[in-house]
Amino acid sequence: MGTTDLKNYSFNEKIDTRTGFGVGLLEVGKINKNIVALCADLTGSLKMGDFKKNFPERFFQIGIAEANMMGIAAGLTIGGKIPFTGTFANFSTGRVYDQIRQSIAYSNKNVKICASHAGITLGEDGATHQILEDLGLMKMLPGMTVINTCDYEQTRKATHAVANFLGPVYLRFGRPKVPNFSTEIPFEIGKGIKLQNGNDVTIVATGHLVWESLEACKKLNKKGISCDIINIHTIKPLDEDIILESVKKTGAIITCEEHNYIGGLGESIAGFLSKRKPTIQSYVATNDTFGESGTPRLLMKKYGLDSETIVEKTIKLIEKKNQLSSK
Amino acid sequence: MFINFLKKKSTQGYNLIQNFTFTIVKNIKKLEELVPQVRRDILRMVHGVNSGHPGGSLGCAEFFVVLFFHVMNSKNQFSMDGEHEDLFFLSNGHISPVYYSVLARNGFFEISELSTFRKINSRLQGHPTTHEGLPGVRISSGSLGQGLSVAIGACLSKKLNGDKSIVYSLHGDGELQEGQNWEAIMYAGSKKVDNLISTIDYNKQQIDGSTEDVLSLGNLKKKLESFNWIVFEVDDGNNISNIIEVMDIAKKETKKQKPIAILLHTIMGNGVDFMMHTHAWHGKAPNDEELKNALSQNKETHGDY
Repeated sequence: MGTTDLKNYSFNEKIDTRTGFGVGLLEVGKINKNIVALCADLTGSLKMGDFKKNFPERFFQIGIAEANMMGIAAGLTIGGKIPFTGTFANFSTGRVYDQIRQSIAYSNKNVKICASHAGITLGEDGATHQILEDLGLMKMLPGMTVINTCDYEQTRKATHAVANFLGPVYLRFGRPKVPNFSTEIPFEIGKGIKLQNGNDVTIVATGHLVWESLEACKKLNKKGISCDIINIHTIKPLDEDIILESVKKTGAIITCEEHNYIGGLGESIAGFLSKRKPTIQSYVATNDTFGESGTPRLLMKKYGLDSETIVEKTIKLIEKKNQLSSK
Repeated sequence: MFINFLKKKSTQGYNLIQNFTFTIVKNIKKLEELVPQVRRDILRMVHGVNSGHPGGSLGCAEFFVVLFFHVMNSKNQFSMDGEHEDLFFLSNGHISPVYYSVLARNGFFEISELSTFRKINSRLQGHPTTHEGLPGVRISSGSLGQGLSVAIGACLSKKLNGDKSIVYSLHGDGELQEGQNWEAIMYAGSKKVDNLISTIDYNKQQIDGSTEDVLSLGNLKKKLESFNWIVFEVDDGNNISNIIEVMDIAKKETKKQKPIAILLHTIMGNGVDFMMHTHAWHGKAPNDEELKNALSQNKETHGDY
């Protein structure tokens, strides 16, 4: 136990991850003329308007017909196009699972499924729209790369990375404005990012929970608990090495995600650690439940997805670790 | 029947057809000769693994032979992108036996590979897939209702690439009960996808019985026309001359701001008397005796695999 010199992550503004996608899409569209974009009547919400304005011939308004959108995207790859589909995460996955499975994943088509408004922070629209199962759905598909970004800048960089990557990708981001802190941090698909160095516990976080984990880290440090903070943006393929190296040092891991604990990042990590190095683990995730209407902030608090919950669960986890080591 | 339709439509069209028919008469014989061999392949493939879908496959033998040996402009060397060549997408993937037979007979892969159909370690999966890299196949299909969207995507890709060639697709009639088709039909009509010729295998049968009984399609021609499609209807879709004629006319109707549908009235199980006019052989393989009987009705013209 002990405190650590923490790296300071600051931000100039809060900005939504979906705007990072919109800006990234426009940038890759300028670089590569094979980039095309498809949207199912949510152009504004997905921030695809600038791409549409700049490249009208490469933008396809599909209408409210997501199944058709996935099939058309698969077909567009034949002839060398790189399609980016855009709609809410719920309509990007569960609604069109069979289309993605057969026409994209099994057919190994170079489609980028870009999904906004993921998770509970979609907020007021409520549970019908707040998908908390999409990472599980997508990671189970053979050959699918699954990415969940944490802020504007990471989403922008991820959009570039997936444009240059050959193969189907699920890129998940969100609606609310969150601190944009990762300006100086490079992005590489499949490569986790060490954000803080500590010894007592490994905190792995993805998506909006990354900032929460950095906040939790500061609070825990004041209590004398030093944390290894790792951002896993690529859920699949998972950067096992960075996690393994950390838990060998800390002996305890807490996984944080805006997703059901069943089927999410935490489950992936538990699965591989059980084979390589069994480690006590705690989950910051939704507890097999649907969401509800509310402001993103209040929902995160109620469903246990905020920095306070991370602090509480970390303290409990360390107590458990100490009990086990004293036996 | 189709010529009659054109007669009514325009004298010019009729003359055009007559001239065209004259030039292709010698080809028709070659195509007709290949059909019983394709039927033999289908029957022997499904019998060999005691599974598969002979009924719809047999019903579309003439269509596939005409499409691959007469209509489509495709390159010898298969490439996934298929630039500057016509493309074909099979949406009702369960009729894979006829697809595989015609692909093999057209040189996409060795004819002997047909013997691996539905067996372990084969590229000839029960339903077609790109997964094992089988030349000629550009999309996986089997889960119904997805092929039209994919074909539309390929059409859009061709347009962006300035590629003038045509995209063909085939769909079961029962398959049109899947809602995604109607999303795709609406899209292609609204957005003027006019480098697409989609054929409906209109055999009016599906696994559980007649399409009329299971879930009626209503007036399909009117429905498609109301979605801004050009629709041709072929009463005897098992007649090679009819298929050639309709395909030629359809080709000339491309690039006119509308997608094209061909309602091809076929007979499920065509060419094997006891398999015709019933849905019983939709997804059932013949036993040894039935195979012998079925093969006796179809001459070995190009050598069995």
